[in-house]
Amino acid sequence: MKPFTFERAASPAEAAAAAARTPGSKFIAGGTNLLDLMKLQIETPAHLIDVNGLGLDAIDLIPEGGLRIGALVRNTDLAADERVRRDYGVLSRALLSGASGQLRNKATTAGNLLQRTRCPYFYDTAQPCNKRQPGSGCSALGGFSRQHAVMGVSDACIATHPSDMAVAMRVLDAKVETVRPDGNKRSVPIAEFHTLPGDTPQVENTLAPGELITAVTLPPPVGGTQIYRKVRDRASYAFALVSVAAIVQRDGSGRVALGGVAHKPWRVEAAEAELPNGPKAAAEKLLAGARTTPDNAYKIPLVERTLGAVLAKARG
Amino acid sequence: MNPPNGFDVSRRGVVLGTAATGAVSALGVSPVYAQAATPASAASVSAPVTARVSVTVNGEARALELDTRTTLLDALREHLHLTGSKKGCDHGQCGACTVIVDGRRINSCLSLAVMHEGASVTTIEGLGGPDNLHPLQAAFVKHDGYQCGYCTPGQICSAVAMLDEVKAGLPSHVSDDLLAAPELDGAELRERMSGNICRCGAYSNIAEAITEVAGRKA
Ligand SMILES: Cc1cc2nc3c(=O)[nH]c(=O)nc-3n(C[C@H](O)[C@H](O)[C@H](O)COP(=O)(O)OP(=O)(O)OC[C@H]3O[C@@H](n4cnc5c(N)ncnc54)[C@H](O)[C@@H]3O)c2cc1C
Ligand code: SF4
Repeated sequence: MKPFTFERAASPAEAAAAAARTPGSKFIAGGTNLLDLMKLQIETPAHLIDVNGLGLDAIDLIPEGGLRIGALVRNTDLAADERVRRDYGVLSRALLSGASGQLRNKATTAGNLLQRTRCPYFYDTAQPCNKRQPGSGCSALGGFSRQHAVMGVSDACIATHPSDMAVAMRVLDAKVETVRPDGNKRSVPIAEFHTLPGDTPQVENTLAPGELITAVTLPPPVGGTQIYRKVRDRASYAFALVSVAAIVQRDGSGRVALGGVAHKPWRVEAAEAELPNGPKAAAEKLLAGARTTPDNAYKIPLVERTLGAVLAKARG
Repeated sequence: MNPPNGFDVSRRGVVLGTAATGAVSALGVSPVYAQAATPASAASVSAPVTARVSVTVNGEARALELDTRTTLLDALREHLHLTGSKKGCDHGQCGACTVIVDGRRINSCLSLAVMHEGASVTTIEGLGGPDNLHPLQAAFVKHDGYQCGYCTPGQICSAVAMLDEVKAGLPSHVSDDLLAAPELDGAELRERMSGNICRCGAYSNIAEAITEVAGRKA
């Protein structure tokens, strides 16, 4: 790890302002992703701003309906919240399928959204990687790419976003609330929060420098059968190869988002009209324009089958 | 005192890091901070930075002055000489470093010591010793829940907090009903303990040890 100075921010606006005026600064929440990357010198902040004491750790009912989840709410507490378990089951399920009991106790809502890819070349500082070192090349293209993305990829990067929680947030139409260094606040639909790699895979979201996530909001409950199905190499404690978050209504209509296939949670609203016609029709629309490697082409049939299993379970 | 950027120190968060090379004010506003506010300076800190942290470890108040990079695990092992907590992978993947902080199990390797100001930490040494074994420690001995023993302190700290999570009604990935009170059957136990890896593969004995204590508790 490189040396760094450390401060405890006193308020969300001051945390954002401190980040904007201090070059090389980063927020730290649970630390479970940032410290991992700092140990490997993939992240080398000169200054850490601890956001744990900002009072952003409550889950509140929004008067007009829905929930406001503080940015610092731990994954354990979010998954266990009575209202989330009852009304947003897909979110509880997605959280519980991720990481381990120890990690979920530390991991926060904002940190989870901002966790970085698990591409092995991103982690291996001896290998070229456009995300870690822009312009150095992508080792996964033509390399070992079994875990990598098949949708929205570019010639610069084929990494996936590893979060389970974010896939459930996407299917629930969550919004990300932030405060900027100038004190202005905004609310970003989750669909517009994460970005595709394009020519700048080092950019992963639409946050401005120093912008702090303060909360994630969920719209009023939509009911339905809520399912999160994660396919992975081990039954527990492994990242998704493919995952499906689904909300299926009694009449067969519904919503679906995919994890493990793109640089962001993957949802194609047009595909949802096909859900009553079965998994093949819906998967075809979801995966239109897929670009695979010999290593990850298996994800195409795997998505269709996983979606099939989810729809069958929803029918009961 | 106003740093060069004109911000009022008292209205800002307290800067805890102090560069080893410079003097500090009572609030610990570091010269590094002021320097970093100058646009021309590179975004790196050349010298190690230290900070003070007070924690309660196994019931005892401890004050430490640490390099800000020190993880909670290294603070426990290298500074407080509590070597029961183990460093396995040092990346949150194996669980050997599991300790209980304010009642919750965490990977102490993925946490900075300076982020635990005022926290209460329990390590394997705090659960019990040779003459007063914690029921889980005794059960691991009885059921031979290890071979080399390296993962054992983490397994036991993890299991102690895990049993509390079950008691509190927390669901898991394998719970059929998210709203029902969980019952610690074999599948639940294995899922909830999956953050602790045992390279020797003593899992069946570990599961028996935990099951026995869980049964006794219920
Ligand atoms: C062994 C292992 C297995 C894992 N398995 C899974 C898995 O199966 N599924 C899964 O989804 N995840 C998994 N994870 C990842 C885990 O979920 C993330 O590490 C965690 O959610 C990150 O949250 P944090 O609070 O610790 O973030 P931190 O590490 O504190 O921060 C992450 C990033 O977010 C930024 N940040 C934090 N808070 C804010 C804020 N309020 N505003 C703006 N920026 C902020 C930080 O600057 C940093 O860049 C695993 C991790 C490990 C180590
Ligand atoms: S896929 Fe992306 S993260 Fe992986 S090596 Fe290529 S550029 Fe780096």
